[in-house]
Amino acid sequence: MTQILMPALSPTMTEGKLARWLKKEGETIKAGDVIAEIETDKATMEVEAVDEGTLTAILVPEGTEGVSVNTPIAELNGGATAAKAAPAAAPAPAPVAAPAPASVPAQPRAAVAEKDWGPTKSITVREALRDAMAVEMRASKDVFLIGEEVGQYQGAYKISQGLLDEFGPKRVIDMPITEHGFTGMAVGAAMTGLRPIVEFMTFNFSMQAIDQIINSAAKTLYMSGGQLGCPIVFRGANGAASRVAAQHSQCYASWYAHCPGLKVVAPWSAADAKGLLRAAIRDPNPVIFLENEILYGQSFEMPVADDFILPIGKAKVEREGTDVTIVAFSIMVGLAMQAADALAAQGISAEVINLRSLRPLDTETIVRSVKKTNRLVTLEEGWPFAGIGSEVAMQIMENCFDDLDAPPVRVHGLDIPMPYAANLEKLALPRIEQVIDAAKRVTYK
Amino acid sequence: MAETATRKPRGKGAPKGAEPGISKPELTRAYRDMLLIRRFEEKAGQLYGMGLIGGFCHLYIGQEAVVVGMQLCLKPGDQVITSYRDHGHMLATGMEARGVMAELTGRIGGYSKGKGGSMHMFSREKGFYGGHGIVGAQVSLGAGLAFANWYREDGAVAVTYFGEGASNQGQVYESLNLAALFKLPCIFVIENNKYGMGTSVDRASASKDLSKNGSPWGIPGEQVNGMDVIAVREAGERAVAHCRAGNGPYLLEMKTYRYRGHSMSDPAKYRTREEVQKMREQNDCIETARRLLIEQFGVTEAELKVIDDEVKAIVQDSADFAQTSPEPDESELWTDVLIDDASVVAGGR
Repeated sequence: MTQILMPALSPTMTEGKLARWLKKEGETIKAGDVIAEIETDKATMEVEAVDEGTLTAILVPEGTEGVSVNTPIAELNGGATAAKAAPAAAPAPAPVAAPAPASVPAQPRAAVAEKDWGPTKSITVREALRDAMAVEMRASKDVFLIGEEVGQYQGAYKISQGLLDEFGPKRVIDMPITEHGFTGMAVGAAMTGLRPIVEFMTFNFSMQAIDQIINSAAKTLYMSGGQLGCPIVFRGANGAASRVAAQHSQCYASWYAHCPGLKVVAPWSAADAKGLLRAAIRDPNPVIFLENEILYGQSFEMPVADDFILPIGKAKVEREGTDVTIVAFSIMVGLAMQAADALAAQGISAEVINLRSLRPLDTETIVRSVKKTNRLVTLEEGWPFAGIGSEVAMQIMENCFDDLDAPPVRVHGLDIPMPYAANLEKLALPRIEQVIDAAKRVTYK
Repeated sequence: MAETATRKPRGKGAPKGAEPGISKPELTRAYRDMLLIRRFEEKAGQLYGMGLIGGFCHLYIGQEAVVVGMQLCLKPGDQVITSYRDHGHMLATGMEARGVMAELTGRIGGYSKGKGGSMHMFSREKGFYGGHGIVGAQVSLGAGLAFANWYREDGAVAVTYFGEGASNQGQVYESLNLAALFKLPCIFVIENNKYGMGTSVDRASASKDLSKNGSPWGIPGEQVNGMDVIAVREAGERAVAHCRAGNGPYLLEMKTYRYRGHSMSDPAKYRTREEVQKMREQNDCIETARRLLIEQFGVTEAELKVIDDEVKAIVQDSADFAQTSPEPDESELWTDVLIDDASVVAGGR
């Protein structure tokens, strides 16, 4: 007897919905037969049988949501050894490097009083991003979404799910694979006062269009003496996903944060995602909005208030502490929070700062924290050379050197192209032990 | 008769001495605008030689008929965007010579407060969207202007100029595809002046007929004598009508010629003096228009002198202004990097 396991249909899938069985118990199955349909957070995929035999038992009825990858979903009699159903076109599941499991809400304990937005609900980052776009598109006809697969496909990562239905094809516009061209086109449209949201399937592809982003979007206001602004948002998944190798695993935070004329935002939680994306769409300047694929499916508590919005340029103290300041952004905030828990168990009180915004950088909040803890650890997924951590450390040198009791330490991705092999990829990304070690180094413990 | 608009075609088959396809007021305006650009550029060249203008300075001398002829076809609300050889386009769209010249000298009175320079001036009011220094980038941006017209359904047309050198850039073809795909009201105007900097079109482009460069996407194209303002105007009318009717983009290859180097620092060793001289003597757009005004429309030398004097005065005034307008204050270093809009988070727009 062979068990058929729930397959992973994308590099970051951790669970999915068993939408439909196409075979009944007792039916004979040949290798290659489509046996079931599975909905992931991105798409509906067909599952093909690898083995031959008789379907003796369906263990997970159709319609079941939240079936974890590798859960047995059926039993097959007559099969030999292979156990897993093959996804139609996807690699086997990979262990995700650092983030909290999708099912565990990773909401922070609010440490510093932000504006109280009242009641909250649990929502995924994906839904938060979609809601932010929908709200702003309802508010202004000038706002529209363009990118590859944003419309009929409902988003390569399903961020734009439902938007085509609500807003129609003139405001949710599928683009051919032509980043340089459509980015330039969107920038031109923004120069007339429209407010495009450009989705890059991932920011890796933004390199095709980076001339238009820097030379046209970021600089024209200055070059025109203030006449021609460019109210545009470039958003999409940034950084490593999982097992997609060097060309698809890169953090662009430092690249874009380097450039005056841009704002650069990197949300972590669902609240960050919604509040900051709303602000980005309303902003009269070009905003780079760096999302993270692994975070898309994670749930966080988020205010339900209709007018919830967060200012660009303000960091958030996610957790208060007294011994060391850990500065992180995007998915690394989650790792910093986990490290802070572990450090607390060892008697070290870590303060975690979620930068939220990389340009402008909220130096004031970081300095205030370091003046209290006298120690700094920076944490980022990207490369160390001229990275965000380097900039944060230098800001501390310039602003409160005398408050430091130890040289700052950077924790970062290794200075190499991202390897594909599972073990190497894990080693190339920041790990919790490194954060703990860094905190101990700066606290001399 | 001469005062009424005549739109007779001036194709190859038109008999010699046939009535020109343009009215007297239109040709008079075209003559005046071309002359203004010519004199302005000559003055800019002088000021550059005197060290009053720095950096890059790409003169439009020789190509005036292209932008002036096209401008005759446009309405308020239409947009124009071009590359770095842009002074002529600014003047043709009605931007003030003073503001353009003062930008060239890097003064506060310039269109960009002295922060953009020769290649970066804009006037939303006149529908002029630059002035772009990255070769080919303005083509995608121009498709974006047309996209905005398509999105707003406002009936406006975007004219996107680029050189035959830029026509080899990848994003130009991406933009042609996008424009055709969405039927954007975009007129792509290739100003083929035969040389992309020092590389002749024969050495740069495998395509010998650039007007066909949009054909894979079904974009109609025409080769036009870009030294003849009337031919340009006629082709422009066809292109504008096509775009306004919602038929999508149109491509015009203007066969033109620049008399000066690529920029002020170009010795132009890649072509002979004779080649330039021949073009000037036989095909100059301003001389052709002048002759036509006299011979076909009975304009007198005295009437032309009034125009010449007016143009001369405008250019001299611009040069004076460009030298007396102060340099930007040091505080301008930090302005216009970002728009500060506190209402964003306050809930306003």
